[in-house]
Amino acid sequence: MSLLEITGLTLKIAGLTILDRVSFSVASGEIVAVTGESGSGKSMTALSVMRLLPERAVVNGHVMLEGRDLLALPEADMCATRGREIGMVFQEPMTALNPVRTIGDQVMETILIHRAMDRDAARARAREVLDRVGLPADRFPLTRYPHELSGGQRQRVVIAMAIALRPKLLIADEPTTALDVTTQAQILDLLKGLVEDYGMGLLMITHDLAVVSDMADRIVVMRRGEVVEQGETRQLFARMHHPYTRMLFEASGHRVALPEPPPPQPLLEVKNAVRDYRLPRRHLLRDPGHHRAVNEVSFTLNRGERLGLVGESGCGKSTLTRAILGLEPLQGGEILLGGQPVWSGQRPNLDVRRRMQVVFQDPYGSFNPRHRVERLVTEPFHLLDDPPRGAGRREAIAEALTAVGLQPGDARKYIHEFSGGQRQRIAIARALIIRPELILFDEAVNALDVSVRARILDLLADLCRAYDLSYLFISHDLSVVRTVTDRVLVMQAGEIVEQGATEQVFSDPQHAYTKALIAAAPRLPEVGAA
Amino acid sequence: MLRYSLKRLLSLILSLAVASLVIFFVIEVAPGDPASFMLGINAQPDTVAALRAELGLDVPKAERYLSWLAGMAAGDFGTSYTYRTPVAGMIADRLWVSLPLALYALTLSTLIAFPAGIYAAARRGKPGDAVVMGATQLGVAVPNFWFAMMLVLIFAINLRWFGAGGFAGWENGLLTGLHSLTLPAIALALPQAAILARVMRSALLDILGEDFMRTARAKGLSRRQALWRHALRNALIPVLTIIGLQFSFLLAGAIIIEQVFYLPGLGRLVFQAISARDLIVVESVVMLLVFAVITVNFLVDLAYALVDPRLRART
Amino acid sequence: MSRNLILGGLLSALVVLAALTSFLWTPYDHAAMNIPAKLQTPGAAHWFGTDHFGRDMFSMIMVGARTSIAVALLAVGIGMGLGVPLGLAAAARRGTWADEVIMRGNDLVFAFPSLVIAILITAVFGPGAVNAIIAIGIFNIPVFARVTRGAALSLWERDFILAARVAGKGAARISAEHILPNVANLLIVQGTIQFSLGILAEAGLSYVGLGAQPPTPSWGRMLADAQTMVSFAPHMALIPGVAIILTVLGLNLMGDGMRDWLDPRLRGRGG
Repeated sequence: MSLLEITGLTLKIAGLTILDRVSFSVASGEIVAVTGESGSGKSMTALSVMRLLPERAVVNGHVMLEGRDLLALPEADMCATRGREIGMVFQEPMTALNPVRTIGDQVMETILIHRAMDRDAARARAREVLDRVGLPADRFPLTRYPHELSGGQRQRVVIAMAIALRPKLLIADEPTTALDVTTQAQILDLLKGLVEDYGMGLLMITHDLAVVSDMADRIVVMRRGEVVEQGETRQLFARMHHPYTRMLFEASGHRVALPEPPPPQPLLEVKNAVRDYRLPRRHLLRDPGHHRAVNEVSFTLNRGERLGLVGESGCGKSTLTRAILGLEPLQGGEILLGGQPVWSGQRPNLDVRRRMQVVFQDPYGSFNPRHRVERLVTEPFHLLDDPPRGAGRREAIAEALTAVGLQPGDARKYIHEFSGGQRQRIAIARALIIRPELILFDEAVNALDVSVRARILDLLADLCRAYDLSYLFISHDLSVVRTVTDRVLVMQAGEIVEQGATEQVFSDPQHAYTKALIAAAPRLPEVGAA
Repeated sequence: MLRYSLKRLLSLILSLAVASLVIFFVIEVAPGDPASFMLGINAQPDTVAALRAELGLDVPKAERYLSWLAGMAAGDFGTSYTYRTPVAGMIADRLWVSLPLALYALTLSTLIAFPAGIYAAARRGKPGDAVVMGATQLGVAVPNFWFAMMLVLIFAINLRWFGAGGFAGWENGLLTGLHSLTLPAIALALPQAAILARVMRSALLDILGEDFMRTARAKGLSRRQALWRHALRNALIPVLTIIGLQFSFLLAGAIIIEQVFYLPGLGRLVFQAISARDLIVVESVVMLLVFAVITVNFLVDLAYALVDPRLRART
Repeated sequence: MSRNLILGGLLSALVVLAALTSFLWTPYDHAAMNIPAKLQTPGAAHWFGTDHFGRDMFSMIMVGARTSIAVALLAVGIGMGLGVPLGLAAAARRGTWADEVIMRGNDLVFAFPSLVIAILITAVFGPGAVNAIIAIGIFNIPVFARVTRGAALSLWERDFILAARVAGKGAARISAEHILPNVANLLIVQGTIQFSLGILAEAGLSYVGLGAQPPTPSWGRMLADAQTMVSFAPHMALIPGVAIILTVLGLNLMGDGMRDWLDPRLRGRGG
């Protein structure tokens, strides 16, 4: 008998069908991954098992845990089941812990709420599980507060809370999505180890097919609330019966063909750039000191070249991006575009600034919700001395929108009428409209579903052919950087530790950090749609 | 924690310094000379000059400001222009009515608001919530001095449970004193409690939407347990801010409500002083009120640090 | 649109209508004394009864609405006019000494309740409705500054502001073009709340004699007159009180309703 047996699970919220007859099972000691794009209902499936759904949700079907139907349990019994028999780990470690209580307190609470032990035993058990998840007592006493820990460490605390009572089933909802790849690899290892040690069943929710293929015994593929395909991992990847599974797989490893770059001729030159931040003053008289976010960085981006910049969060890549855009001054070195400094004297150089544009990560935060698309995409006209007006302006808008695959008629719409992928197209149109010599893509495809991401990457390749684009592509996603760049820079702790032709760096990394990054990145299996 | 407290203390002193400066110079621009005002239009110039000297009005402003500050620090608020008695003594008597009244009302308001806010948040969207929210909506709209008149009408004039006004004094025992402050305190407290209950409810509802509340539920806490153990302390942070602000409203409200109950508090003193143009009394009372508000906000800042470990860690 | 918004809007409209009508018509001259007809309870001749001088309370309430609305509205104008630019500036210069000075200044003004400001002004310049406007207006400044700064700060973190900076726009232009339109909703709601608080504060100030002076009628002073008569003419206290409550209630309901209506995130949350 399976540990968890879901049959015919249907979920409606406000009349809308979120889950439609979902059925699958998880056995003890087995890792089952539920995967799919946003809106597939994978997280709602997990929350249905926990019965932590929004108030107006209507659930039907059966969720059997060792023969007991959880959907039929009274709420009090469900409370006794959560935390004791089922543990859960969430996506956002930064907000998953109560900021005003110590980590020891919060881990102990799992034990005490179920009256499983007295306080002393609970404290000892909390210590034990924190040790087990990799937070040793000398550096992580029980009296630590969440704000003193990093994201990865907080996720370990959340895991410790979930496993404190050795539950039979652990549910992990996108447990590593908010984390860096090296941290992700460690957390995934930890979860695998826990399943082996405790013989738990693990129900893992993730959008990342590569993560799934690395660790799951079985896979459930969902789309729009329905299970489209499920099976043992290797078999599923070998067969890929359903076209959606095949599309997901292809989109996840999507490659584009870039045109050959022209012969090298420097466009952007970064010379010994230094960017310091003043630290908050901790003592009245002592100098507060500085944090060096970018340390003596030098590189050149050639005209027509597509350059990648990879590194983990906090490595200084965003700071470097801001410095290149002339938003913040440097404390040392210089940045030149076409031989002219980005920052001249005390002010940003407008002549240079009008030759650069940027596309940001968040398709939802990149636009003023109160302006129409025509006003949004023409914002860079502010940089021109003589911006086009009237018919010329309308033509420029129409051309930019057409170039990114939208309709000229979309100019009259507001941003909320567009999907995430369409918004990212509008962001690209905004960058293109003044025909800049250089575009910076700052994690520009990161927040998108894989199928949407694949189409945006295609668009980039098309634009490279049509406009001879030069760009700097900043991302922590190695697989994307690998396909859309000619050359790549690897950044760690404010410094460029390695640079070279993209394929060369990926297939034969030299620096230890690059090697670690590439090793940690989960990979899709080498099976195709045969 | 120590560094945080010291920093707050520094800002407390700075605020007091600037506030006193503002008050002093506003009073200084007052048209007319207090000495000639007090002696009437027929006074001899040398009599006026003598009184000016006696009141200390003949020295430069900066010097007078500093000696005013030094005096206050030593408990000497100067001499009343009209009564020719030390202001400190006049204020001290009245303060023992106004300050207890404000604190009494603050206590009542908190005691009413916390359970009401928590109750409403726990029953969000249910009839109990709607009743509490309707009551607070009404409570927020009621002017406290009007409410006080209604209380007098019902409980003093018709039911005769309380005296219609006046203050029995503390010398007849704490309970007697409190009894004569009870109606005024209720009149002050209920409208403020309505505001506080709304803040409490919405702060709790905000917290209930946080990720860590879901984590708590996933551990096996019931909805109610999660509310008490995780939401309440986090909700205290915005609630404390409002309690700090309310103290200043209550102090101001106390001064108004004293008029309804004929209480011998700071209110009556200051309004008499205004009509008699006894500016030194006005100046002292205003400084005292501002001092009380700034000090209470300093205490609220310290309370933040007790509630929120993130503040303790910062400078 | 929610029930709150409709009910609140109707109540507020009623009060504004009464105030406006009073310029053209009132049942009686609001200042005309008629001692023989004093202290009449509400009836056909005097809908709201008469006061101790035989003045028609209905007319006085209508004209009093004018004072309340004028004082509260002007005070909101002062608060918004100074507070919003200060808040925008503080947010645009966040983390610098300018921000620090503005915010510390705000804290300082918060230490002066409007009653205290009114006491100071009255002590120096003598009583009058203008005092009330200034006192309540000054108190409103830090309220608007804080609300504006708080909302603007989170907007400054958004990518669309970064995009505007990349387009070469300066802080002032961004504040006007991008920040202000996105905090406008919040300011309208806060304005409604401060308006209702202003009505309450004005009533309190004129009750203790720091607000509008005779012969300008005001609800607060009507209550002061009623105080000694409350045992035998309770209608004199009840009617102005109910007028204040309904006005404030209407404005608050309207503010709540607008907030829910303007912010889809709050829709269906109630209260």
